[in-house]
Amino acid sequence: MKAFEYAAPRTEAEILQVMSAEPGATEVLAGGTDLVGLMKKMLVTPDRVVNIMDVPTLKTIDELPDGSISIGAAVTLDLILDHPYLDVYPAVKQAIRGINSMQLQCQGTLGGEICQRPRCWFYRNGLGLLGTQADQGANQYHAILGNAGPAKFVNSSRIAPALIALDAQVRVIGPGEEDEAWLPVSEFFRTPRHDGQREHVLQPQQVVTHVILPPIAGRTCATYEVRDSEGPDYPLAAASVALRFDGFGIIHEAKVVMGQVAPTPWNSQEAARLLIGHAVDSQRAEQAGLAAVRMASPLSENQYKVQLAKVAVKRAVLLAAGQDPGGF
Amino acid sequence: MPEEYSWPSREASAVIGKVHDRLDGVVKSTGAAKYTYDVNLKNQLIAVAYGSPYAHCKIKSLDVSGAEKTPGVVHVEVLPQGKKDTEIEWEGELLAVVAAESEAAAREGVSKIKITVEELDVFADESNLTAAEVAGRTGKGGGKAETVNEPGDDDDEDEFVEKELQRLFDESKYVLEGEYGIDAITHCCLEPHGATVQWKDGKLEAYLSTQNVSGTDEGFARDLELTADDVHVQCEYIGGGFGSKFAPDYWGIAAARISKATGRPVKLMLQRDQELKLGGSRPSGYIKVRLGADENGVVQVWDSLQWGSSGFRGGGVSHSVIPYVLVPPNYRRVSTTIKSNTANARAWRAPNHPQACAMSQTALDDLAAKMGADSYDVFLANLVNATNGKAEVYRAEMEVGAKLIDWKAKWHPHGKGPSRGAIVDGLGMGLHTWGGTANTSSCLLKIYPDGGVESFCGTQDLGTGTRTVCAQVLAETLGLEVGQVKVNIGSSRYPNSGASGGSTTVGAVCESHRRAGQDAVAKVFDLAARELGVDASVLEAVGGQIRDSANHQKRISWRKACSLIGLKPLEVTSNYRRGDESPLTDSGVGGVQMAHVEVDKETGVIKIKKFVAVQDQGLVINPKTCKSQIYGAVIMGIAAALYEQRVTDPQSGKFVNAELSDYKLARLGDVGEIVVELYEPDSERIRGVIGNGEPPAISPKAAIANAVANALGVRVPTIPMTPKRVLDALAKA
Repeated sequence: MKAFEYAAPRTEAEILQVMSAEPGATEVLAGGTDLVGLMKKMLVTPDRVVNIMDVPTLKTIDELPDGSISIGAAVTLDLILDHPYLDVYPAVKQAIRGINSMQLQCQGTLGGEICQRPRCWFYRNGLGLLGTQADQGANQYHAILGNAGPAKFVNSSRIAPALIALDAQVRVIGPGEEDEAWLPVSEFFRTPRHDGQREHVLQPQQVVTHVILPPIAGRTCATYEVRDSEGPDYPLAAASVALRFDGFGIIHEAKVVMGQVAPTPWNSQEAARLLIGHAVDSQRAEQAGLAAVRMASPLSENQYKVQLAKVAVKRAVLLAAGQDPGGF
Repeated sequence: MPEEYSWPSREASAVIGKVHDRLDGVVKSTGAAKYTYDVNLKNQLIAVAYGSPYAHCKIKSLDVSGAEKTPGVVHVEVLPQGKKDTEIEWEGELLAVVAAESEAAAREGVSKIKITVEELDVFADESNLTAAEVAGRTGKGGGKAETVNEPGDDDDEDEFVEKELQRLFDESKYVLEGEYGIDAITHCCLEPHGATVQWKDGKLEAYLSTQNVSGTDEGFARDLELTADDVHVQCEYIGGGFGSKFAPDYWGIAAARISKATGRPVKLMLQRDQELKLGGSRPSGYIKVRLGADENGVVQVWDSLQWGSSGFRGGGVSHSVIPYVLVPPNYRRVSTTIKSNTANARAWRAPNHPQACAMSQTALDDLAAKMGADSYDVFLANLVNATNGKAEVYRAEMEVGAKLIDWKAKWHPHGKGPSRGAIVDGLGMGLHTWGGTANTSSCLLKIYPDGGVESFCGTQDLGTGTRTVCAQVLAETLGLEVGQVKVNIGSSRYPNSGASGGSTTVGAVCESHRRAGQDAVAKVFDLAARELGVDASVLEAVGGQIRDSANHQKRISWRKACSLIGLKPLEVTSNYRRGDESPLTDSGVGGVQMAHVEVDKETGVIKIKKFVAVQDQGLVINPKTCKSQIYGAVIMGIAAALYEQRVTDPQSGKFVNAELSDYKLARLGDVGEIVVELYEPDSERIRGVIGNGEPPAISPKAAIANAVANALGVRVPTIPMTPKRVLDALAKA
């Protein structure tokens, strides 16, 4: 681990004061379950670490006047899991529950979870995030969608697909002291094209402070992860779905977002279109799953993930509709 | 001296055969126990090693100047294999060691080492025999053929075998062909390999994480040009070895050299990725099988070609245990070794047996599927082929296991069970054998005039309960409570005791401690006999007393008897030498295991519902620690069946999942209900103590693979059975 300066700001303004404009010079510590390991392996070598865990405004869950729920970036996942405000968003809680590790849930934060670095083992072994290693190599956990460019990794966030399905937004501050922006979580992630880009759109002096979930307003939602163990392993594929039904059981509005299949959470409008205007049964859910992976372009070793992604979508749709997903 | 060493009968035993909590349970569960990793010496340096980033290369230069200039770095040592022009044959091979004031500084120093190499061809796809042949990486691994009919004097032996096997296949009622495999896995010790060392007056003190306390002093001495008496190895507690921790290893030697050079204690524990890369791996094995069976499903002929690798030196699974346990009268087995650019394997809990079991008892189960028969019946019928003389024991153990898992009620033909949504279930079994003979062991027993009892033995407790067993044996022998006996182990200064490998430890310490106990108590009897006015031969030690076995009123307390010893403690050292005939121990165990699994056909995810392990091991000293061994072995087996896999990138040869976050293991939620039954009828108990550390880890892979095949009606040929492999197998079917 490289020696580093440690900053523990107490306010949002102080955060921005200690962030550097130079890429990679500062890293935000928001729990540290990922960052510390990366630093120990010298994969991330900041000059300064900025711990945002002591900023009170980033540690609360609040109901806003319009009924939206604001969650601070430094709120730990266990608090979200236990919070009654979030009961109406089972897709979020299911994703957190799936982490299967009390330690990660109690130490990890929402901001850290959505900003965590990819699990790509080529990256974690110092071979870089982008490149040709994953093309023909050990790519069984890599992307099956959005993988035409140099990025073959999958976005690791477990919660982001649910946030996108639920139309959540992130509040970002910086780079200027007064700068503040709100953007949909769906626009927060990007597929890097070169090593100078991160997996999200934040600039070096920008920090996520809050995630805002709009009122559930009659929607139902669910997350289904294909996990091969009860441990804290990452899912092999996942999907979060939000549905709005009319009074006759017909889907009026749908969002289908897959996780662990592409360099970003993957919003499948094809699957959503197939659902809108129909009631949910296993056949319709299956068709939505098929539509979600129709454009899949698996690598040499991950054809099986196409099936898993399809099943994840099917089961998330069934769960969101209150039906038996029919598997583990 | 007693006329003959022996164990008390089941009825007469007060301590052995009884459940007793581990003596070190509290200190371990509270964190008070000091493992090697916990040993920190005053003024010590932390050493971190630099490993080759290339799987196959020739070193052109290794520049450590950046490391030497790093603040906090005190010493950098280039290892012999880090020199120019050395050929490196696997990723992670250690090339240099950086010792610093802190781990962070040492890591930073390591990050500044620069290497230039000539890259050489990499081969790491051990499952691919054709590719290995094309790459020129194969070698002959030996083989053997046996036929009931023998060739005539004029026959060419190979031709005869070929024709004879073909004739037998032609006559077979059932012929089955299959391909099976099991990938390389690593030992994954939670406590990495390593040592903390310091020199005092020219002598080396080494706190080493080892399975071989009595033997590693010689290892240090040899490489450091000392004599073994100048080395003191200590290992009070160890966090896993599984067959991989028998030597100081070259990094331990490097730590000692750096300590000498710097005049400071040095702590070098492998980093997590290094532990997975260097700490030990189990060879891979793949096989093509053709077998022929009669109308009852009894295999009469077996023909197999196997391949696999133990790393860059070739190797693989020994053909000598193929087919496994159930060996038909006619067979041919041929083995090809593969040199791959992976670390050299180390002994892994029952070397060769888990792979052999998984590569041959799966074929037997596929035979049952082909016959449309109950797998249980086919295994039962094939017990006639058991080559270890344990057919009747297996038969009895199968009965016990079948009842515990409710085999008859739950059985359905392969792939024909009911489904619940996408979920189907299945049953499978496997059986195994192992030696478990007692190792060499000596015990120094001290009995103090005030009644105190203390033993010394250079053995080690791998977490298996060795300490507790030593105390139980002595307590039984001396007629005391377990808490009255102080057991000292884990130091090379204590009397020699063999390495803990091959399931030899429980037999070893039972031999030495029972002998020492009996030898010592005989001397106490002599003293007590004079006091009681009886012949020493009538005395027994029971319940804290020495008494006349025929007249219990003639007795004195243990403490009073010990007061007769005199002013100095009574010291007895008793020995057992491996291989000597003894009524106390034996070798040769068996076990039967059965699995009930559920499989999600849409995702390929497998869950263990119930797992039954029935195991014989002769006389059981402590049913609790004995069962714990089996629980652990089964959990390890479940991990290997479903999750564990050394993933080596075929292009670069990099072991890409060499972190516990990526190297998947079973967690408690994954192991289902595990039921362990110790099979210990009088016919087994009378054999004496036999080790069971390894055997229960053998069958889980076969049992689970067979259960999955029963659930799906399709064989998932290669272990671990990941969702990818399950879905691939279903897609092919």
